[in-house]
Amino acid sequence: MNPYSLLNLLLALACAPFLLTVINRTKAFFAGRQGPMWFQPYYDLWKLLHKGAVYSRTTTWVFRAGPIVGLAAVLMALTLVPIGDVDAPLSFQGDVILFAYLLGLMRFFTVLAALDTGSSFEGMGASREVLYSALAEPALILGLASVARETSRLSISEMQEAVTGTLWLQSGMVLAAVTAALVVVFLTENARIPVDDPNTHLELTMIHEVMVLDHGGPDLAFILYGAALKLWVLGCLIVGMVLPHRLLGASFFSGALSIVAELAGLVVLAVIVGAIESTMARLRLVRIPQLLVGAGALSALSLVLGRWVGG
Amino acid sequence: MELLLVSVAVLVGSGLLSLAVGRAPRPSSWVGAGGVLAAAAIGLSPVYRVLATGEPALDMPIAWAIPTGSFTVGLDVLSAWFLVPVLIIPPLAAVFGCEYLQAYAPRKSLGASWFFYNLVVAGMIVVTIAREGLLFLIAWEVMALASYFLVVFEHEREEVRQAGWTYLVASHLGTAFLLALFVLLGTGSGSLEFAEGAEGPTGITRRLADAYRDSPHALDVIFVLAVVGFGTKAGFMPFHVWLPEAYPAAIGHSPAVLSGVMSKMGIYGLVRILSLFTGIEGFRPPNWWAWLLIAIGMLSGIAGILSAISQRHLRRILAYSSIENMGIIAIGLGTALLGLSSKSFSAMAVFGFAGALLHVLNHSLFKGLLFLGAGAVEQSAGTGNINLLGGLLKQLPAVGIPFIAGSVAIAGLPPFNGFVSEFLIYRTALGEEVLLGGVSAVAALSGIAALTLIGGFAAVCFTMVVGIAFLGQPRSEQAASVKPVAPLMQAPLWLLAAACLAAGMFSPQIMTVLAPVVTSVTHMKSADVGRYLVSGTNPTPARELLEGVVTATGCLIALAIVLAVVRWRLLKGREVAESGTWGCGFYKPEASMQYTGSSFAQPLVDLVRPLLRTRKHIVRPRGLFAHAALLWTATPDMNRELIYAPIFRGIGNLISRLRWLQHGRLHLYVLYVAITIVVLLFWSFGRR
Repeated sequence: MNPYSLLNLLLALACAPFLLTVINRTKAFFAGRQGPMWFQPYYDLWKLLHKGAVYSRTTTWVFRAGPIVGLAAVLMALTLVPIGDVDAPLSFQGDVILFAYLLGLMRFFTVLAALDTGSSFEGMGASREVLYSALAEPALILGLASVARETSRLSISEMQEAVTGTLWLQSGMVLAAVTAALVVVFLTENARIPVDDPNTHLELTMIHEVMVLDHGGPDLAFILYGAALKLWVLGCLIVGMVLPHRLLGASFFSGALSIVAELAGLVVLAVIVGAIESTMARLRLVRIPQLLVGAGALSALSLVLGRWVGG
Repeated sequence: MELLLVSVAVLVGSGLLSLAVGRAPRPSSWVGAGGVLAAAAIGLSPVYRVLATGEPALDMPIAWAIPTGSFTVGLDVLSAWFLVPVLIIPPLAAVFGCEYLQAYAPRKSLGASWFFYNLVVAGMIVVTIAREGLLFLIAWEVMALASYFLVVFEHEREEVRQAGWTYLVASHLGTAFLLALFVLLGTGSGSLEFAEGAEGPTGITRRLADAYRDSPHALDVIFVLAVVGFGTKAGFMPFHVWLPEAYPAAIGHSPAVLSGVMSKMGIYGLVRILSLFTGIEGFRPPNWWAWLLIAIGMLSGIAGILSAISQRHLRRILAYSSIENMGIIAIGLGTALLGLSSKSFSAMAVFGFAGALLHVLNHSLFKGLLFLGAGAVEQSAGTGNINLLGGLLKQLPAVGIPFIAGSVAIAGLPPFNGFVSEFLIYRTALGEEVLLGGVSAVAALSGIAALTLIGGFAAVCFTMVVGIAFLGQPRSEQAASVKPVAPLMQAPLWLLAAACLAAGMFSPQIMTVLAPVVTSVTHMKSADVGRYLVSGTNPTPARELLEGVVTATGCLIALAIVLAVVRWRLLKGREVAESGTWGCGFYKPEASMQYTGSSFAQPLVDLVRPLLRTRKHIVRPRGLFAHAALLWTATPDMNRELIYAPIFRGIGNLISRLRWLQHGRLHLYVLYVAITIVVLLFWSFGRR
């Protein structure tokens, strides 16, 4: 195994919470506020990790297992995604499917943990979460399938490597459609506006945040850290798809450049998320399925636009 | 080979013996279940030998001449593969049932139940090893009829009789198609044998080859008949109507066998017919076969899981989820046919059959587990309505933990076995062959789109089942004070859960076993199949892909353990308090305030209401001093309502016009008989 391949894992472990700061500071900029300190998410995690915990008497081990399985699943998903030109530590044909299903496992246990409390708030969030992510699934997998077809590869590392400037010139339409669909998936999976609002604690309209109402202490730290990693890993997927690789041939310099470019891409993505959250309202719940089905249709369209129509 | 016949004899013998001592509940259960266990132990050794070596045991004609030849049985790798669930699930379910049925002991004779149970298992064994059409049909009928009696075990209840009736009618309609199928197969050859001897194809195979040479469309009718006839048993939509009735009607251990194993006999029949076709020199299935199977798979998968979500009864949910899983298998078989249609797509055929066949095994493991779990829940809580359950994990951890494992597996999530077979089917439909293009890519990619939706909805369904029935607080008196579950009923659950995990973690090794099976189905060179499944370079063989998956899932398990230890270390020595669930300031929450299955599923059910035709009855609170409000929903089977009910009504109307013939005068009836005989006489003389 290439020792550099651990780079993305280490970078993500270290820097993922920064993306949250970038989003929040962008929002603060739009609102004319000063915004949180750069290390605020880290302070939060540190604080939570040093707390005790309070558990509802209704809950069972499932409630305690939820954050653990969730964090483990997102960490495994992270090992499948490359950064820049550096391949992921684990890569095989078809790992795109495993990637999607690992996120599914994370969701499954988060939802079970929410239902374990017996609270109708959390039931409500859980019910919405499973519905919206079920509808987002086709957009994700069909989008990745479309890229897989353009590049004739089935592993995320090889797919991203094959996304070159030439490919963008050849089938830019397809890649653009996939990117748009994946951004919707990104916003949905990370519980962002316009699908969900991470700020409105205790509103009946929210989805993801309400599911973790009863978690506290280290459990909540696991959840928050897992959420940051999920933001990072899905971001890497999108940015890796957009950035053409191998512009300068295979050299150490170009490798380093590609990593810097991808990190910059992640920051830009975070700024875009912040801008969307500052300028848009959350969609009404009945509108969300339409958005997600639309994203799925976009992914399907990218398949139609793909290679076999032309040749 | 002979050992399998011995195990059939043991099954029938123990069944009869159990019937004889039926008045004594304990002994008759021991005899019945013991017979199944013994038969499985005897039968597994030849099956193991065949699967381990990849060599078929020789066909064995039984010297019992019948007009169409002689009864022949044989054990090849394909039979052996399908015999694995037949010999694993029923004995485990029997151990469970041994204890489960005691609750009925004061009122009922258990001997009859065991007799039919053992007969079903014996029938399934003979179905898989029969190499002659008539024997196959007889075994099929024995299996179907005996299972009818399992369904109507609680025949005092009106809805059970109704369900049994539906099952009997549907099952025989399916058999009617199979009868036509075998008549077609047999015409011209005079023999219904479909064995493949050492000296090449015999009987049906040779006749099929001739027919195919004359006209490539000769096989189309046979294929459609097989899809309808076998699809009825498997539960393909829209031939599934009996299934959501019969599984909830049957009790305890029976649905685990009916859904886990018997429905697989439908898949076996279909695959067996396909393997007869691929034996024909130069055979290429037309594209529309693949389209048909993929379309059926998409319909069964998506509509099946959506119907499951809209149900409230535990076993009815599981029944619809069986239809969904049959859909996944059909998508796998469809993409495999797509692969067979062109020589350059052979990798796709291999991957498709491997995925579908693996899903057959996997589904029997987790569905067996879930049905047994549901049986245990229903017996100890007294209800299967998830809206009345809740908090069962605390009271019945020994049922809840394996049930959760089974739910993760059936939702197709790693590290369990459900993911592995779905992964292979994804790989089939996403293979290089599809990526390169052609119209067939559209079929495969529709299959993928359906699989993703099915995966997402399966997660909805099983978070609902687990979350509402096992977690939270009990929603009713019954659920608050459940009866304990006997250890003998718990053990099979744990074994099956372990099997689900093992089948996931050892999937690369299973590929080696599966390679000869796929070879016998596709009739490709075994070296080619081995190259795609076990060892090769391009494309990456399934074994290597699954090793990647298993590495990742192994790391996942290890990571979860590490994180659990970290959490434990962090909380050690700190204050860990208990309190009520936070109710947003409301201090006295009631169990009835929790989300129910209905409310959990409501957003999705509302979204697909045009498809499912869910009925809603709402009485809103009115006036200043509002009275009780009411919300009532029900989702009857749409196919039953829209397709079958009108058809059967039409047939009923048509036939009622002939009612004047049925007047009750005996002497005229005798006249009918006489007229019939005279007509037959003329007809038979006329033919000479």
